[in-house]
This record gives sequence, structure tokens and C-alpha cells, in this order.
Amino acid sequence: MGRAVAVIGTGQTKHGRRDDLSYPDLVREAVKKVFEDAGITPKDVDGVVYGSMPSMMEGMAYNHFYFADALRVVGKPLLRTETCGSTGQSVAHTAIHWIASGMADVVLAVASEKEHEGDAQATMMTILEPFLMVTIGGAPVAFSLQSREWMGYYHIDDDKAREAASIVSVDSHDGGLKNPLAHIRVKLTKEDVSKAPIITYPVRLYDVCPTSDGACAVIFASEEKAKKICKKPAWVKGIGFRGEEYFIGDSNKAVWQSTIEASKEAYKEAGITNPLKELDVAEVYNPFSYQELMFLECLGLCPPGEAPDYVIKGTFSPGGELPCDPSGGVLCTNPIGAAGLIRVAEAALQVTGKAGEHQVEEAKLALSHAMGGAEQFNGITILGSEL
Amino acid sequence: MAEKYKLIKDLVRMEIVDFTFPKKEYRTGRHDTVLPYNWALGPTWTRFFDGLKEGKIFGTRCKKCNKVLVPARTFCPSCYEDMEEWIELPQEGSVETWCLVNYKYYGQVKKPPYIIGQIRLDKANCSLTHFIGGFDLSDPDKVRRKMKTVSRVKAVWSKEKHGDIYDIAYFKPI
Amino acid sequence: MAEQKEKPRKVGAMGMVPYEMALGPTWTKFFEGFKEKKILGTKCKKCGRVLVPARPFCPRCFEPMEEWVEVAQEGTIVTWSYVNYTYFGVTPDMIPVIGAIIKLDGVDCGTGMSTQIGGLDIKDFELVTKKVKVGARVKAVWRRKRQGNFRDIDYWKIIE
Repeated sequence: MGRAVAVIGTGQTKHGRRDDLSYPDLVREAVKKVFEDAGITPKDVDGVVYGSMPSMMEGMAYNHFYFADALRVVGKPLLRTETCGSTGQSVAHTAIHWIASGMADVVLAVASEKEHEGDAQATMMTILEPFLMVTIGGAPVAFSLQSREWMGYYHIDDDKAREAASIVSVDSHDGGLKNPLAHIRVKLTKEDVSKAPIITYPVRLYDVCPTSDGACAVIFASEEKAKKICKKPAWVKGIGFRGEEYFIGDSNKAVWQSTIEASKEAYKEAGITNPLKELDVAEVYNPFSYQELMFLECLGLCPPGEAPDYVIKGTFSPGGELPCDPSGGVLCTNPIGAAGLIRVAEAALQVTGKAGEHQVEEAKLALSHAMGGAEQFNGITILGSEL
Repeated sequence: MAEKYKLIKDLVRMEIVDFTFPKKEYRTGRHDTVLPYNWALGPTWTRFFDGLKEGKIFGTRCKKCNKVLVPARTFCPSCYEDMEEWIELPQEGSVETWCLVNYKYYGQVKKPPYIIGQIRLDKANCSLTHFIGGFDLSDPDKVRRKMKTVSRVKAVWSKEKHGDIYDIAYFKPI
Repeated sequence: MAEQKEKPRKVGAMGMVPYEMALGPTWTKFFEGFKEKKILGTKCKKCGRVLVPARPFCPRCFEPMEEWVEVAQEGTIVTWSYVNYTYFGVTPDMIPVIGAIIKLDGVDCGTGMSTQIGGLDIKDFELVTKKVKVGARVKAVWRRKRQGNFRDIDYWKIIE
């Protein structure tokens, strides 16, 4: 793996509808916070990594150049990474590889999105290749198709899946209520979720993530620097990333190979053999409540086909064996480019005891995860409080 | 496609020119992207553009390094501090560099030929990118000879102002 | 910030950029097949899989797929979804729509292109959930006038 790497600071903006700030000022809000949290200055940073969705989302091309001042990149090397929804994880992995290789000691990783400046669904459908893929429905359609494929493959009853998905949505929204930076902060009941208007059946209004504006910044450091600068670093224990074929129909999306292989790689590196028992908290990427059920299986947190049973039992709810998305997850906050990096930041907050109201007691080992494309990429980062 | 363009003509002041692609050997597919945007200006740029609407050019000063930058910025790029002091700048300055644009491309904001230049307004510590005009641009040689003699320029305002950078129509040589 | 006259503003704009993309020889031939009401797939000589839409190369073996096969126009629904919302470019008269991934007989992957389910009253949600199921059999219904693009297949109807 190379040298050991740790997270020494995180910063997030207040996510939501940020019409009060221009986009560069929004990015600066997160970058200012991360320097305060880490207790270092821009002079100490050796390189910057930036990522977001393709520039068509906000209509500004090469936005890593647009934010050059806000990212404090003047006089420093810059790398741009982009893998759609898993951009945040890719940005984290780029920074981690940069330090692990010995080519840098301190790297600033930033990811952001300002979806209220464009029409997210229209952009994603328009800039997708126009000849051969599904053309109507936006992002929800791809994931609804996948959810139904999973239900069909494991013969899961519609009603049981509906109940489990509602529990996931209620738990995530409860987490959002405890996270002052989350976008959506409402109290929901299972009834509200199950009877909401249909977006792309079986996915309904409260099963879907919001369109958010937000930015997240994380500072990574080598072992030597982390031990010198930071009182409580969050150590990177394992990472994994996998890609898949382009066409949705080419592989089985119920037994999702890229998630399974990426998580196996991360667990092997972290020395984890029983993830459900050994992990204390999981920040799973959950823009759609049905999709979280699939991720729980493919990340090896429960046997295939049994996620609804485990969720209904309360295994993944607050207070359960492995609380999922105590920060509200992507269901409460989704600036697409930043969402993956927010998962890393939240995992770091959990294992260093800085998560405030949504802290999971005694959390020592946390998983963060993100998915990208029309189900083509999956990235995982595992953080722990011990080296 | 025609319907999408109808929406646009109401929102945008640019002309939609019919665009033709060169002939290709295999079949091709046309896929024009037409997407709506709604950019937040934030308090700093809102105030800067309000200034332009009133015929004023504002810059901001950094209290740490004392530099005055225009267009107004929220923070100083070198010091990273908030730039809170607003200064109304003189509307004259010198030309640092210029370029005559003489070709067409889709979605061009101004019909060529036109000159884009970097103008260093008096009292500012950086240059502003804008048009230089007010004289005949049809002959590149004449333009080159004229620009050799130009040292100072002055802002000329548009008759109709919308609160954007084109409220300054161009800078004319004085 | 001293003296702000009003709340920060937003500026509306339209991004319009024209594109013309090359289809290449494989997809050109695939869409020519549509004009003749044929669905053409390509076969990989290494793993033997037949894929639709036709590909220039096999995504797993990375070998060129040079053998063309005309495939059946019937298949099974792998998954489907009922789309019921709008965004820029989609008007209320265009929804609801049922998107699907269909495994054609003789093809080794699911096809998600031009695969909308039709031939029944889509606005009747109860009816849709009764008839459209994972595993149901469907058959392609072609448009009368075809131009060699993905719209040539009008919809897939459920066959009992």
C-alpha cells in the first residue's frame, strides 16, 4: 500500500440551497473550515486534488481553474479527478495515493457541486451518449431499474422491500435532524415514505436524494506529518475501487461485482474478516433508499438477498449493531461531486469523536463508500482511530 | 429543437446562427445540448454589477497587502483574507495588451472583428479584460498602426444597462 | 460586507452547444438493420457471447466482435421502472413512461436501448403493476416509418 496516510482535518459547508454565495465563495467556505480544523496554513500543503461532476452541470468549464484562488492552488500542483457520483471517493483515493507513494506529505482534497445553478437531471440525461442508452427518466430511472432487478433476482416481495426501504429513509432523515450541516432536516414516518408521490416506481419522493449545493474539503497527511501536527488523526486502513462495463444490461446489477470486489480489496487491506462485527459505523452512499439495501449486501454486511430482513430487525438503525449513515447520508445531502468526500469526512469525524450530536458512541472503525455513473464505479475508504 | 430555442430567445440577447458541420464519411448523429442555468452572484458580484448599472466601476482593497483588485472580489487571492473595503475606481487606464479577433464561432457574444484587451485602470493593481473599440476595425493593418499610438483608454457605457459586464460597451482610446 | 442594496441576485442563462458525433462502422450497420426491421447483434469469437446493441469489441475479452447475428425480436423483462416526473426538456405530456431492460432470446446481455414498454394504458398504474413483471415476455413493435435510430422501435408489448 505504501506509506501510511491519515486524515488530519475536515471542513464542510452548510449544504442546501446556497443562493447567497457565488460558487467560488462556496468552495472557499469549505476550504477555510478545513484549514481551521487541521490547524495548518496553505503554505504547508504540497498539492491539491479537486473533483466535481462534469462542467456542464453548472455551465462553467474547467471549474478547477475557476476556483484556483479559492483552492489556494497558486504555486502548487493540482490534479482533477472525476468519476460522476464516486468523484468524492476518487478525489480521496488520488490524495491517498499521492501521499502513500512518497511524492507529497500533505494534500488538500476538495469536492463540490452547486446543483441549483443548473438542472441536474436534464444535464445528466443530455450529456449522456444519446444513441444507445435509456433516454427518459433522469438518474432515478437507472437505479429503479437496478432495484427491481435485485428484487426479481432474489424473489423479494414488493411489500417487504417497500417496508425495508421506508425504514432506511426514516433512519437517514433522523440522522439529518442531528446534523446541523445537512440539507434536508425533516421528521418522517414509515407511512409518509411509503405513500409519497411516485418518481420512478418503485422509488418515491422520500426514497430519493435532494438536489443540493455544497462543498467538502479534507486534508490528508503522511504518518510523520500527521503524528507531528494532529492530536487525533483518522488513519486510512484500506481503500478499494472497481469499474464495470458501460452498458447497463451487460452485467447482473443485483450481484454487483464492482461493489463486491472493491469492498473485498478494502477489507483485505484493513485486515477485516467480519465487517458486520468489526466495523462500528458505515457511511454508505445512499441516494436511493432501495439502493442502500443492495449495498448492504454487496458490501458484505449481510448475506445476499437478506438485506430487508436485517434492516427490519434494526441491525443498521441507530443503536443497532452497525448504524448506517448517522449523518443523514446522501438521502439528506447530495451535492453530487462532493457526496463521496462527505462520506470520508463523516467517517473521519466518527472515529475521532468529533461528530457532535450524531456521534456513534466509541466508534473506532468506519467505512465510507460511493458509487458513480449509471452503476459503473464503486469506491470504498475505511478509516480507523488506530494505525 | 425549435421549441427549446424559442425559450432561449426570450432569455438571451445573442443571435442564434445556423451552424453547419463539415461532411463526414460514416453516419453521424446530431445531438445539440440546450440546458438552462441560474448562477448565484453572491453579495460581492451583486454589488459590483449594481455599480455597473449606475455607471460606476468598483474595486476592492485588501487590508493586509493593500492591493486593489477589479472586478471586486470577496477575498484577496494572495492573502486569503476577506476584502471588505470598496473603492470606486477612475474609468480611465492604460492598455497592457490587446488582440484583434477576426473569426466566427458558434455562440459568439460579439460579431467580429473586435478587440479584446487587458486594461489597467488607474489605482487598480490588476488588469481588467474588456473590449477596446470606437474606431474602424475592418483593416487589420490600420488597426495595428492605430493601436501602436494608443496609450490610454476610457470606458464608454452602453445606452441600455442590464447589470452585467456588457454595461461597459467598450474602452475607447483617448 | 458594507451596504448591500438588495439580496444577492441570480443570473439566468442558457448553454447551447451543437454536437455531431460519429457513429462509426459498427453502430452505423446496427442502425441500418433497424431500417429493415432487423435487430443485429455481434458475437465474440473468444467467449462466444452475443451482445445487443452491436459492439465493435467485446468489453470483457477486448477482442474485435466481427461476426454479425440477426437476433429474435422477443425477450424477457429483466427489470422495469415507471417514470412519473419532469425536468427541463421533458414535458407533462411525455410522461408516464415505462423504461425497461430486456433480455432478448439468444442474446447474452440485457438491452436497455429503445426498450419502453407500451401497448397498454400506462396511465393506469394498477394495471401496469399487474401486467408488467420481471420475467414477462415481450415483443418488439416497429414504427411504420423508420429512420435508422433508436426511435424506430416504437415500444415492446407484453405477450401472454
